[in-house]
Amino acid sequence: MNGISRRGLLKTGVAAGVLGLSGMPLRAQTRGGKFTAGLNGANTSDSWDGRTHADMFMIGAGMGAVFDCLTENGADGSLKGELAESWEASPDAKVWTFNLRQGVTFHNGKSFGADDVIESLQLHVAEGSKSGAQPIVSAITEMKKITEHQVQFTLASGNADFPYLMSDYHLLIYPAGQIEEAIAKGIGTGLYEVVAFDPGVRFVGKRYENHYKGDSAGFFDEIEYIAINDNTARMNALLTGQVDAINRIDFKGEALLNANPAVRVQEVTGNQHYTFPMHTNTAPFDDVNVRQALKYGINRQEMVDKILLGHGQVGNDSPIGPANQYYNADMEQLAYDPDKAKFHLQQAGLDSLSIDLSASNAAFEGAVDAAQLFQASASAGGININVVQEPADGYWSNVWLKKPFCACYWSGRATEDWMFSSAYESGAPWNDTKWENARFQELLIAARAELDSDTRRDQYGEMQQILSTEGGALVPMFANYVQAVNNRIASPDVVGNLWQMDNCRMAERWWGA
Amino acid sequence: MDNVLKIIMQRLALGLLTLLIVSVVIFVAVNMLPGDFAQAILGQGATEESVAAIRRDLGLDQPMITRYFDWLGGVVQGDFGASFASANAASFSGTTSGVKTVAQQIGPRFANTMFLAAVTAVIAVPLAVTLGILAALYRNSVFDRAANIFTLTSISSPEFFLAYVLILFLAVLNPIFPSLSNIYDGMAFSERLNKSMLPALVLTLVVTAHMMRMTRAAIINLLASPYIEMARLKGMSPMRVIVKHALPNALAPIINVVALNLAYLITGVVVVEVVFVYPGIGQLFVDSVKTRDIPVVQACCLIFAAAYILLNLTADIMSILSNPRLRHPK
Repeated sequence: MNGISRRGLLKTGVAAGVLGLSGMPLRAQTRGGKFTAGLNGANTSDSWDGRTHADMFMIGAGMGAVFDCLTENGADGSLKGELAESWEASPDAKVWTFNLRQGVTFHNGKSFGADDVIESLQLHVAEGSKSGAQPIVSAITEMKKITEHQVQFTLASGNADFPYLMSDYHLLIYPAGQIEEAIAKGIGTGLYEVVAFDPGVRFVGKRYENHYKGDSAGFFDEIEYIAINDNTARMNALLTGQVDAINRIDFKGEALLNANPAVRVQEVTGNQHYTFPMHTNTAPFDDVNVRQALKYGINRQEMVDKILLGHGQVGNDSPIGPANQYYNADMEQLAYDPDKAKFHLQQAGLDSLSIDLSASNAAFEGAVDAAQLFQASASAGGININVVQEPADGYWSNVWLKKPFCACYWSGRATEDWMFSSAYESGAPWNDTKWENARFQELLIAARAELDSDTRRDQYGEMQQILSTEGGALVPMFANYVQAVNNRIASPDVVGNLWQMDNCRMAERWWGA
Repeated sequence: MDNVLKIIMQRLALGLLTLLIVSVVIFVAVNMLPGDFAQAILGQGATEESVAAIRRDLGLDQPMITRYFDWLGGVVQGDFGASFASANAASFSGTTSGVKTVAQQIGPRFANTMFLAAVTAVIAVPLAVTLGILAALYRNSVFDRAANIFTLTSISSPEFFLAYVLILFLAVLNPIFPSLSNIYDGMAFSERLNKSMLPALVLTLVVTAHMMRMTRAAIINLLASPYIEMARLKGMSPMRVIVKHALPNALAPIINVVALNLAYLITGVVVVEVVFVYPGIGQLFVDSVKTRDIPVVQACCLIFAAAYILLNLTADIMSILSNPRLRHPK
């Protein structure tokens, strides 16, 4: 995979087959058996409508089993074709042509083609639709069917990440003309067809024979996802062998799982991060020295140890995590240094600083404790933080984006551009640090349409550096995805870290041991 | 018999009034909880505009009184409305097809809860009554004390604790029953029974003490009566005296307690269902309270209240029917 440049990958996307070969694990993958998973995030109002998917259970059943997208994220973070075989961009990254896979059939026998793609994407911009992928699709000004197996998208402005965005779990491909039925029954092109679906309770699928991925994926004959929203019940189910895998381990119970030889805990650091955003347009946070004083007054390692109980990685005040393509791992790590904090306070012309920090466990589990740790470490640097405990209900409406300094949580985004334009772009509604920086904004726009991988790496690297040294968000930690599997199931050495459970594709990538 | 009928009618009318009051209390209580459905469902995305949009779509921007009477008007016509979660999910597609009504959502869940209650009742009622009779027969013996201590201990422990103790002994150390009670439609009856066994046993432990001690007390109470003395003097065996002579007269209080406990089996299952992942009404109720899904919460509460009212009524009627003096008033 090292031999393929990002540019080549982006521009032509022929890499799919090559990646498949080089990324193949060495252990024997055998077909057969049943896989049962206990997952949280299920709801009685769940349906096969990708526009409503937001949590593990339906993402795993939708994108992960029954449906396909145009592209998919490999476990190693690379982009592969799924229903699209390859793609090409115009030099300004405005016009994208996707060559679709031939000979693909939906579970009801209908064959897949360009109309399916166009109609499925149009769902997200339908009148009154509140799809999570609406911003992605509304950036497309024209969708054109060139041949039965070729589609051309014209974007309002150039976006080099466009093929990447097509892998979003909302953008499921349904059969054209039968979309209503497909949503009601769950008819897709995925590896597993629906046997039973009881919203908020369970989903059972069986392997769709003649699937275009053939023997390279989807190793189980049958899969069952059981909705278990309660943490303890999920762990019990795994320990008693009722399920083979569970997502989201409660850190406090992890020791129990580790003590059980039949169970292994999987842990990956992805993009989800906890932050303390400050409004950079409000005094005293409008002074970069005050922001820097706070950056040196927070003890990141202590937070990872005490709040995440070690299940995480220290952050560097940039929202780009290890699961992102252009994660800048070479930046100098900000470390706790009360003397430097004092120095920056002096630079700002202050002897000491008193500020309010609003926190609630609605922001993230342990946010109030984290705020108190921050209070203790900052006081050594002459910063007096007054922790204001806010009510959990209504936190996101009344505190976040309103109070100048608070606790916050981000699940992260698959691409740098997506993350930055959600929360750091000038004027974005969720710009929770009121971040306005001319150089940053210029780089953001330039990188968006830049097809050359190396240039982009430099651009995004610089943006991360700007945020780290001057930015308004303290990002003390990245929280791991922690999940567990029993020894009836084998999984590849590299497990996806973009979403939990191998990017929610465990039914596709894992096999019976 | 007219008398009984009159009582039933009276009690049903009172029951309806109770339900009305319950609905007002629940409505006010849920509305007084901080946060509302829009904020709960949006989480981090709860910006002012998106909260306002959802509130508008669901009618949450209307004054409370208007909303209450809208809801009540529907309920009187048998329409419990659509759940907020379902209506909101459907609004993602911009259409109203696929919106599930509260009745559609609760129906299968309620059937599951009734199944669990029935399984528990079949185990718990005979067990408790038999234990009670035996305890009365051998009162103050080691057996009596042991039975009392055991049942009182189990009723005094929180349900989730009992549940985990049973999981430890019957699912982890000795894998006899599954710890996951994920039953579904079309499951074979025997498998369904097997999966429901642990929650049923927990509920049995919780309700047995009350019924058993009432049986014991009611029987012992009667043992001092002259007609029991007479039976003894005739030379009957103690077992026969209790079953034939004491029990029929002790039935009224026993039935009362049994009915109360059956009502508990429907309304008190919330914790047990969550621990065992049993897809019943209790779990739905917890999820709905979390998201402030008022139509579902209201409907669940009405079902709980109705269960209490109806089972209490049944208890009264049964005790009248079991008592000849009340059955044939002078």
